[in-house]
Amino acid sequence: MMQIKKGIPFIDQHNKEYLYGGKFGGNFIPETLKKPIDDLTKLFSKLRKNKNFLKERDYYFKNYIGSPTPFIKLENLTKHVGGAQIYAKVVSEANGGAHKIYNATVHCLIAKKAGKKFIVGDTGAGYAGKMLSMAAKKFNLKCKIFMGAKDIKRQRPNVEAMKKNGAVIVPVKTGSQTLVDAVSECMRYWVSNCDTTHMCVGSTVGPNIFVKICAWSTSQISRELIVQLKEEFGKIPKKIKLINCVGGGSSAMGFWNEFIDTDAEFYGVEAGGPKKSKLHAAPLSNGSKIGILHGAAQYVVQDKEGQIGSTESISAGLDYPGISPLHCFLKDTKRAIYTSVNDEEALNAYRLVSKLENISPSLEPSHAFAEAIKFAPKLKRSDVIVVNSCGDSLKDKDIIKSRLGYYIR
Amino acid sequence: MKSKISLAFKNCKKENRTALITYTVAGDNTKNNSLKILKAISKHADILELGFPHNTPIADGGQIQESSYRALKNGIKLEDVFQIVKRFKNIQPNKPLILMGYFNLIYQHGEDNFLKNCKKSGVDGLIIVDLPWPENKKFARKCKKKSINFIQLISPTTSHNRMKKIVRDSHDMIYYISMLSTTGGKLKVSPRKILKNYNKIKKINSKKNLVIGFGITNKTINSLKSANGLVVGSMLCKTISNSLKKGQNPVTKLDKVVYNLKNKIL
Ligand SMILES: Cc1ncc(COP(=O)(O)O)c(C=O)c1O
Repeated sequence: MMQIKKGIPFIDQHNKEYLYGGKFGGNFIPETLKKPIDDLTKLFSKLRKNKNFLKERDYYFKNYIGSPTPFIKLENLTKHVGGAQIYAKVVSEANGGAHKIYNATVHCLIAKKAGKKFIVGDTGAGYAGKMLSMAAKKFNLKCKIFMGAKDIKRQRPNVEAMKKNGAVIVPVKTGSQTLVDAVSECMRYWVSNCDTTHMCVGSTVGPNIFVKICAWSTSQISRELIVQLKEEFGKIPKKIKLINCVGGGSSAMGFWNEFIDTDAEFYGVEAGGPKKSKLHAAPLSNGSKIGILHGAAQYVVQDKEGQIGSTESISAGLDYPGISPLHCFLKDTKRAIYTSVNDEEALNAYRLVSKLENISPSLEPSHAFAEAIKFAPKLKRSDVIVVNSCGDSLKDKDIIKSRLGYYIR
Repeated sequence: MKSKISLAFKNCKKENRTALITYTVAGDNTKNNSLKILKAISKHADILELGFPHNTPIADGGQIQESSYRALKNGIKLEDVFQIVKRFKNIQPNKPLILMGYFNLIYQHGEDNFLKNCKKSGVDGLIIVDLPWPENKKFARKCKKKSINFIQLISPTTSHNRMKKIVRDSHDMIYYISMLSTTGGKLKVSPRKILKNYNKIKKINSKKNLVIGFGITNKTINSLKSANGLVVGSMLCKTISNSLKKGQNPVTKLDKVVYNLKNKIL
């Protein structure tokens, strides 16, 4: 039976072939990438044990990213919805406006240690790209971002930010012109330029080392939350419910990682797509089969032949057919529960939270809020829900306006 | 018994020339045409690689992507790929044919089922782009049991130590990737340097047939002809794309292009 081991970092619970639970993840990569990935694997395993590197990381997390991000009670939402007490970890207060800054910063630090002068990355919602361009600028690296042409159109504010930071944006026009194509194109670019260039994968997906670096970086979120919970409640509340949206899964992994050995409950919320559409981006909650995408085995939206399937979601950041091998492992060990929320429910949650509270979640975390809003009334007053508000709605202004007729923040 | 792939190399060595290996995509631009193309170019080529297309290819450049998307749009399925191989092998049983593609299609088809269908249709070898050594050990062993060649890849980033292990586990043919590139890139490394790396691999075991691929076109093929074999792919895919754009028959076009390639290395 597949099992999570206690006392061992979750990201290290793979076998010799880098498979979690014997079947998720791995390195399904072209021969050319074997050595760069080996080199990166060795470098990272050294760095994460190196006290100076950890000091450096903590320094930038604090002074550049702005750690810790706030932990607040959503009094009005709690009152409005009834049931459990709803809190938010306002990760959107991090520099740049989303959790993607942790991974981007760590990748830039690693690229520096590796002596690389160029860094490339993929982006969907544009946050991963924006953050990488920011961090690259800070650490003096030349930056190139791959982004689907459809996403360039629907996530303008982040595209503008990338340009301002001096990044070259490569529009990807193959396939669905969304995140999945951006990741493919970025990997292809790396195959051709791996001798001079460092690659940052924008979520906990891709060959194993990228899954690891990303989850290791975003775990800062749960490290902070544990301290904040103890301040608020004196201890970690029993059976606390941690609700997070999942696209590739980096935000959720970071939100949960330090809680794995506790009795906190994890709820992952996938993008269900438009209410009236068969398309979705929810491989975990829609019974997708295991397949290989971007170098890793995972549950993935695909057809019988193994062609990767089309997805659809109002949220560009969740619009991805695959999911982190770590979440596949959490699902199959029943450590986390995965559900999906449709576009309309997410929009409604955005509206409600923005109206009632001082925060305004982007469409990705709005999926998590929608789940919290459905869930809270079924719980008791003594129950505690924490939602990771991992992105700010500003980037979705155009989409929200066109759907609701107005935008509030 | 020697494999058809081995025999093809042996034959080329007898004639003191490099083996010409072509890559085209099954179903490009139609199922019928891709079969006709195989028939036409097999007059000039020594070994045929046939791609089974995937819609998320992480190591292919623009030209092969275009061919793959075209084939998929035409509804090509693995079943059709095996049909094409079978019909080709009915006419040309001795011409070695290698299937090339990404692992997810095999994974979904089931490894054993896939190999059974390879055997039934007459596939001689497999190149799986995203199943590197040592991850491919188990599958390669399965292939060997069925007398299907599993073709290992070596790249400029492969360390010498790793090379030795890959060569040791290889079957009748090894594929050397000429440069850091997806398929279809411009040859950005000098032929001299490519051949230097080529010779390093040959030194490990001179008996293994070693072919070079990536960046090889009618312009560069002559400079590498001391290799055991040379693979031309993207140039052929591009020829199909161009002939379609111009309303020409891709079959006759490809026949001519491969004929010319052959003449360059004689
Ligand atoms: C704000 C926000 N949340 C969530 C995601 C989804 O990615 P992940 O699941 O890796 O956190 C994105 C991705 O772009 C994002 O921008």
